[in-house]
Amino acid sequence: MNANDKLLPSLATMADTVARMAFSADPRTGEVQLWVDTSASLFRLLTGLGIAAALTLLIGLVVGMLPVARAALAPVIDVVSMVPPLALLPILFITLGLGEVSKITLIVIGVMPVMVRDLAGRVLELPREQIVKAQTLGASSWQVAIRVVLPQALPRLITSFRLQLGPAWLFLIAAEAISAEAGLGYRIFLVRRFLAMDVIFPYVVWITFLAVVMSWGLERLRARAFPWVELGQ
Amino acid sequence: MTPPLIQIENVWKEFGDQIVLERLSLSIAPRSFVALVGPSGCGKTTFLRMLLGEEAPTKGRILLDGKPLQPEPGPDRGVVFQRYSVFPHLTVLGNVMLGLDLKGAPRIGRLFGARRRAAADLARALIAEVGLAGDEGKYPAQLSGGMQQRLALAQALITRPRVLLLDEPFGALDPGIRAGMHELMQRLWHETDLTVVMVTHDLSEAFTLACRVLVFERLRDRAAEKHRYGAVLAQDMAVWPPRIAGQPTPPKRSQAA
Ligand SMILES: Nc1ncnc2c1ncn2[C@@H]1O[C@H](COP(=O)(O)OP(=O)(O)OP(=O)(O)O)[C@@H](O)[C@H]1O
Ligand SMILES: [Mg+2]
Repeated sequence: MNANDKLLPSLATMADTVARMAFSADPRTGEVQLWVDTSASLFRLLTGLGIAAALTLLIGLVVGMLPVARAALAPVIDVVSMVPPLALLPILFITLGLGEVSKITLIVIGVMPVMVRDLAGRVLELPREQIVKAQTLGASSWQVAIRVVLPQALPRLITSFRLQLGPAWLFLIAAEAISAEAGLGYRIFLVRRFLAMDVIFPYVVWITFLAVVMSWGLERLRARAFPWVELGQ
Repeated sequence: MTPPLIQIENVWKEFGDQIVLERLSLSIAPRSFVALVGPSGCGKTTFLRMLLGEEAPTKGRILLDGKPLQPEPGPDRGVVFQRYSVFPHLTVLGNVMLGLDLKGAPRIGRLFGARRRAAADLARALIAEVGLAGDEGKYPAQLSGGMQQRLALAQALITRPRVLLLDEPFGALDPGIRAGMHELMQRLWHETDLTVVMVTHDLSEAFTLACRVLVFERLRDRAAEKHRYGAVLAQDMAVWPPRIAGQPTPPKRSQAA
């Protein structure tokens, strides 16, 4: 017998495993394993990224538009962005428990500093003339924010959301590896003990597929909703 | 004699210890078209930004209609810059309607329903007036430089400002396109209740358009004195024959043709 047989499963074995995990319900629980894992992971990932995006929008616009807020918050953001998020994971588990909150918080903390800095930078690079121009058309500060700054910041937020998908998956899988009841990362690290490459391989392919589809979808959304971005430059 | 629309009383502008402009006193009559020329760096843009309310004079004061100027840019003073005057994320129609949107909807900055349709009709008329009919749905990046400046003019005029401030609005355009812009500018000035202050590098442009030409100049320009003396109003010329708002003279070029 070839020693590699155990490590590298044959295609037939993998096909069997995929059929079992992705298309047949567990007779005991009535659940399809892959679907349970996928929905648990996607819930955490999208909640984390969603919260991060919402907070980024708020903080990014404030930091970008108000010099006072920028002076106060920029150093804080710089320091926070230096904290290695994975090193925070034990602290999050201890303080927030082993449930969903700690995993989602890890994603939020992990991706937010980059997103905030990117968005604030985008707001800052808007030509001063645009703001003055809006004021001469009668715009209040609030109107400048919602009619001039926000619409030009949103496409950048979508791009930055897309670019943070990679790090977000990383934080998610790291958190799931340590503690979870379901999830794509949890499953991979669970079956690792049995060297079950027939499970790990399809899961990695599936995660990659999900990430690619999300990235593509976000790109399409941005192009559809903000056609003028492609025209400039 | 009509009272002046803008009065500039002994205005100085300093940045740190650098004096940029000094001893500026002049008044601008309503409905006049004033061109402002001078060498690069002499403070023309700075002067315009003071009229705009974006910068405050270090000394002296500026009165609009006899009252001190609002210390912030506002809808009574429109502006067109050389670049970045229009919003890249709005269509031609959206850019021109913006002033009406902002005025009519303080909270959401956007009109809906019948009020939106009325605003769009006004905007479309002005878009046609500047020669952009048919381009309402385009974004600025899809327009040539000249078309963008036409758009910027329409956008600035929709709120009916008393004063229109122009900072080298045609400076980045090809000479061929500039002639068309001059014609448009003249027409708008004659037909609209508007006082124009235009900064330009081009002396012939100043005399083609304006009824009065101001020259800013730094009288002492040696390196050692550069910081201690600012530019002054060196010349103030009335254009001859007089150009009077609302009384267009047929353009010379069309007679020759
Ligand atoms: N915000 C500022 N802070 C410091 N110095 C400034 C500021 N704005 C303008 N200056 C200085 O004031 C002087 C006049 O500048 P300004 O832009 O008004 O000149 P200008 O006549 O418009 O020149 P140009 O023809 O090149 O546009 C310059 O020396 C410039 O460096
Ligand atoms: Mg200038």
